Amino acid sequence: MPDLTKRDPSGASGAAAGEPLLRVTGLTKHFPIRLGIIRQKTIGQVRAVDGVDFVLRRGETVGLVGESGCGKSTVTKVLLALEKPTAGQVFYEGRDVFAMGSRELRELRRKIQIIFQDPYTSLNPRMTVGDIVGEPWDIHPAVLPKKERAKAVRDLLARVGLNPEFTNRYPHQFSGGQRQRIGIARALALNPDIIVCDEPVSALDVSVQAQVINLLEDLQKEFGLSYLFIAHDLSVVRHLSDHVNVMYLGRIIETGTNSQIYEQPAHPYTQALLSAVPQHDPAARGTKKRIVLQGDLPSPADPPSGCHFRTRCWKAQDICAVDYPQLIDRGQGHPSACHFAEVVAVVKSQAEQPPLEVPSPPADVALHEVDSAAAVPPAGGAT
Amino acid sequence: MTVSPATAPLHPTVPGAHLLEVDDLSVEFRTDYGTVRAVNSLSYHLDKGETLAILGESGSGKSVSAQAIMGIIDTPPGYVTSGQIRYQGRDLLTMDSKQQRAMRGAEIAIVFQDALSALNPVFTVGAQIAEMFRVHRGTSKKEAMAKAAELMDRVRIPSAKDRLKDYPHQFSGGMRQRVMMAMALALDPKVLIADEPTTALDVTVQAQIMDLLLTLQDENGMGLILITHDLGVVGEVADRVAVMYAGRIVETGGIREIFGHPAHPYTVGLMNSVPRLDQRGQRLSPIVGAPPNLADIPPGCSFHPRCPRAELVCRQERPLLREVVPGRRAACHFAEEVLDA
Repeated sequence: MPDLTKRDPSGASGAAAGEPLLRVTGLTKHFPIRLGIIRQKTIGQVRAVDGVDFVLRRGETVGLVGESGCGKSTVTKVLLALEKPTAGQVFYEGRDVFAMGSRELRELRRKIQIIFQDPYTSLNPRMTVGDIVGEPWDIHPAVLPKKERAKAVRDLLARVGLNPEFTNRYPHQFSGGQRQRIGIARALALNPDIIVCDEPVSALDVSVQAQVINLLEDLQKEFGLSYLFIAHDLSVVRHLSDHVNVMYLGRIIETGTNSQIYEQPAHPYTQALLSAVPQHDPAARGTKKRIVLQGDLPSPADPPSGCHFRTRCWKAQDICAVDYPQLIDRGQGHPSACHFAEVVAVVKSQAEQPPLEVPSPPADVALHEVDSAAAVPPAGGAT
Repeated sequence: MTVSPATAPLHPTVPGAHLLEVDDLSVEFRTDYGTVRAVNSLSYHLDKGETLAILGESGSGKSVSAQAIMGIIDTPPGYVTSGQIRYQGRDLLTMDSKQQRAMRGAEIAIVFQDALSALNPVFTVGAQIAEMFRVHRGTSKKEAMAKAAELMDRVRIPSAKDRLKDYPHQFSGGMRQRVMMAMALALDPKVLIADEPTTALDVTVQAQIMDLLLTLQDENGMGLILITHDLGVVGEVADRVAVMYAGRIVETGGIREIFGHPAHPYTVGLMNSVPRLDQRGQRLSPIVGAPPNLADIPPGCSFHPRCPRAELVCRQERPLLREVVPGRRAACHFAEEVLDA
């Protein structure tokens, strides 16, 4: 295993002081809509991402939330330089990613890793777990000498809570949660700075989801990782993120710290999004007013003029159809893109509550002291 | 006790006292890899106008009972091995197939999670909704289409008349789910089963669909069985909840009581696993391990390998689903202790 602990905590490997690890400015990605087979004529553009700015600092988690079709996954593809942007820049430690040569780009990709949503399709079914987790070192051989790799794979598996003896098993022999751990181990192999988490827990059951969330938190603390956390589940993003960006139809419409977005949302869309999340506290039933949006997301190939959200917004006035509201602070303490921004606390914030407790059995009859190793599946013991 | 656990009456009510009664239902799937016991002596009931949530993780068997009610379990490999499903006192499982068909769809209807695969891609949505009237009521084609348009209006599909001739792929996810609901509601069923109706949808669309579902329920007083893994949805809409684990109900009762003070360690674990929107929260304390393989359910209490309260008795004896306090049942040897904790 590469020595992940011996990392320069300041992260100053040639970067200018104060420069964030990752800085995205004006990122735009349009996909052409083509007609015809041989002579393809471009008849329009899908404006998947339309001028997105954000920064990611070392050790920090930035959340990117929005509904399907808002462009959040396209952002990750461009970030990883898997897609060329139509416009805009991405700076990694101050260096322009899209101006990099292939050698530099290769190095960059070592530093930015990704965990995918679907643990069933993101692992090659014909490769053993050991090969999957060790494959990054085949591509970047300089990271770890060959003879150390077998041990490093076992260390990584153990670190993500899997039995290190499972290196010769195949993905289908694992549950969804265990597969996601394999994906995490693979992402850690190259000792990255940034891990892009693209809906990493959406496909998992609640009890397993919580285990993976805890694992991500532990790894961040241990290795000083930065996460770009993409999810549609607002509760999970609240739990993990320091900073949150809300996207709608290719644009960030509100950005702020965790508590600014969740406790003082200023954009009507953020408010609608937050009020739509069902909460499992039946005592709170009827105490909150739900904003139910009308209609569906407009097509990104033909977004509304002016403010993209105006077709579904209850505050919309004539100006919204003409002027696109800039993402600026309008007196709410954080930037929002709405002409009529106003803080409305949609979610009643509560003081932290301790988790519910299950009493422990009397010490002399506790079953887990007898055979915990046999009873608990290997994946679970970790968290 | 003189009765063996398997035959202990879980619902000591008179048959027919409720609109729909699932009584001691067991379903197994006989596969090449062994027999999977998806549902084990499951009992629940539903009254007019109420919402019962069946909450469970994947593989808990929560959808299988719904499939048994609708008679859509493939045999082989699936077999109903015991129990009754009584609708207005009559057992659906022993009816002849003609009577069953008349019942299903007309009296009891279902909405599936994945509307895109539940709808037929080569027929227009109008034709598919109209088919309900054509098959069950023998309505003329023209009249059935007119009724289909009415229904699409009722589920708030904008400009319904113009969209009758559209195909499922021309609708968005939320709109497709509305089409499914229009089909389910066509014959004014008294029971609607919604199997993860909003799982594939975005939150704002989910809010629209749940809103619509509850409005429609108010309009015609249906009983609603809501099958879901989402504690939030359950917390917001259910009257009663049945929590399932490894093919059995482990806890059931009123929603406020159960979510306020769970009596089963599994329910506690679920509640602790969910990050909350209204607090930044500290570390989550999830349940260890993963749900069991239904072909190899642990002996005794099936939750014992993951349970922080387990002792020897949990491994040896399966706890009955018993009344802990009036109106609440839990299947845990230490339910009172968990409740008071």
